[in-house]
Amino acid sequence: MQKVEAVIQPSKLDAIKDALVEIGVHGITIMEARGHGRQKGHTEFYRGREYSVDLLPKVKLETVVSDDMVDKVVQAIIGIARTGNIGDGKIFVSHVDEAIRIRNDERGDIAL
Amino acid sequence: MRSMLVKVFLLLFIGIVSVGPFAGAVSAQTAAATTGSQADRITVLEKQVADQSAAISSAQSAGDNAWMLVSAALVLMMSGPGLALFYGGLVRRKNILGTMMQTFAMMVVITVLWALVTYSLAFGSGNAFIGGLHNVFLHGVGLMPDKDYAATIPLQTFMVYQLMFAIITPALITGAFAERMKFSAMLAFMVLWAVFVYSPMAHMVWGKGGLLNAALGGRFPCLDFAGGTVVHVTSGVSALVTALYLGKRLGYPKVPMPPHSVVLSFIGACLLWVGWFGFNAGSALAAGTLATSAFVATHFGAAAAALGWSAAEWIRNGKPSALGAISGAVAGLVAITPASGFVTPMGALWIGLIAGVFCFFMVVKVKTLFGYDDSLDAFGVHGAGGTIGALLTGIFAKSFINPIFGAGKPTGLLEGNAHQLLNQLTGVSIAWGLSIVGTVIILFIVDKVIGLRVSAEDEETGLDLSQHGEEGYDWAH
Repeated sequence: MQKVEAVIQPSKLDAIKDALVEIGVHGITIMEARGHGRQKGHTEFYRGREYSVDLLPKVKLETVVSDDMVDKVVQAIIGIARTGNIGDGKIFVSHVDEAIRIRNDERGDIAL
Repeated sequence: MRSMLVKVFLLLFIGIVSVGPFAGAVSAQTAAATTGSQADRITVLEKQVADQSAAISSAQSAGDNAWMLVSAALVLMMSGPGLALFYGGLVRRKNILGTMMQTFAMMVVITVLWALVTYSLAFGSGNAFIGGLHNVFLHGVGLMPDKDYAATIPLQTFMVYQLMFAIITPALITGAFAERMKFSAMLAFMVLWAVFVYSPMAHMVWGKGGLLNAALGGRFPCLDFAGGTVVHVTSGVSALVTALYLGKRLGYPKVPMPPHSVVLSFIGACLLWVGWFGFNAGSALAAGTLATSAFVATHFGAAAAALGWSAAEWIRNGKPSALGAISGAVAGLVAITPASGFVTPMGALWIGLIAGVFCFFMVVKVKTLFGYDDSLDAFGVHGAGGTIGALLTGIFAKSFINPIFGAGKPTGLLEGNAHQLLNQLTGVSIAWGLSIVGTVIILFIVDKVIGLRVSAEDEETGLDLSQHGEEGYDWAH
């Protein structure tokens, strides 16, 4: 079981969601986030004052999947989120010890 | 529009009423021929004439009063919600209620104060500088007109209309000390300011026997149709003084403090624009042609200034911002205020355009140059716009729009009355002087007695929580 966390451009969310459902991902969690990587922010002017905005709006998507699904999930996200420009986002994959379905105490892959 | 309808109906009514007696008079005529009593006929005719003129003046009074009551309401709308939203959107979100409350508090406190004493100090008869105490507690302020101020509307209408100006003027100052002044100190400051700065200035320009009153024979007749000096110069200059006296907000200018909602400011500015028709066109104190002229000038001035500011910003920053466009409109409304009842639509366009570019320059360049923290640009827009507007009034005023010095007599510089520019300068200088001296003294006293600024911790927390114990936005539910 692994957790895939992807920070993406908000505009890509809908397409990624559809792609994940298509390859059989049952559950995802979405967070509206602000952040920056190497991508620089932009400047805004209010009454002539310049403000550099370095925390940009992003979406963070999380899903926990069985080990054999990880590559498919990562490829699906990259396939849609990549434009080749800075600011496309990042994906983090990490190991998950246990998953528990609260409703009936099921454990492991079956609980995903 | 409503006032026009009222007038039309009343005139029709008079017509019907007067045709009846006239028919009667015809039969009276034949009767008179038989009796030969000419004296009777004359008595009947005289009564008719008297009845008709009474009906006509009552119709005019009704029309004028309808417009003035609507105007008073429009000017109140400029403070709340207009200015409250305009300023509220410009602060950080932890200060929105504190900022809006400062304006709302003026609607409450200045109103009560007006009834108790400040109306009398501003408009009661007194000397050239300040009114007397004859009208305290609104004593003698009844429903009959005061011929010197406005011959066709009840004095109470005039009183409540002027009150709305007294409310928005101190509310404008709050933009300069936004996000850092104690609510209690703000209240004390504003009460003293209303008594010692606003009341004398209003009396000098608009009060009977006032030093600068152009309509009622002042020594230096200063043209100020709707309050360029009384409202905008006093509030703008006092704003600069308070910004300097209080010092900068914590972290300014290193910490970015962008407006938390230009959307709110946008709505506020548009409400200000609409309300300003009551402010300027209402200052005709009647529903006649002068009100139309002021209405038109107001609208054109605002539009030209929005254009001017936006163009300057577009050239300088590469983009015309929404905040820039609305700030420009407000600057134009400020600048056209003293001129609105004296200039042609073309004159208004010029005044607006000049003011838009000038205020942009004041806000963007001059503020940065001197480094003062006039947080919401109360000085840059109202002080600067009011000053330039008052001076431009002396240039563009036309006697055929408003023959204030007598029919055909030159009014502004362009008509050949160069001296008027000096009078305008006198008016502006007195407004600057009174505002600087009065505000410094009042700030000093309030600072010693109460303390002006919130603690650093409270400032960090925000005025909403630290001063009022509530938050404008609830993010948890």
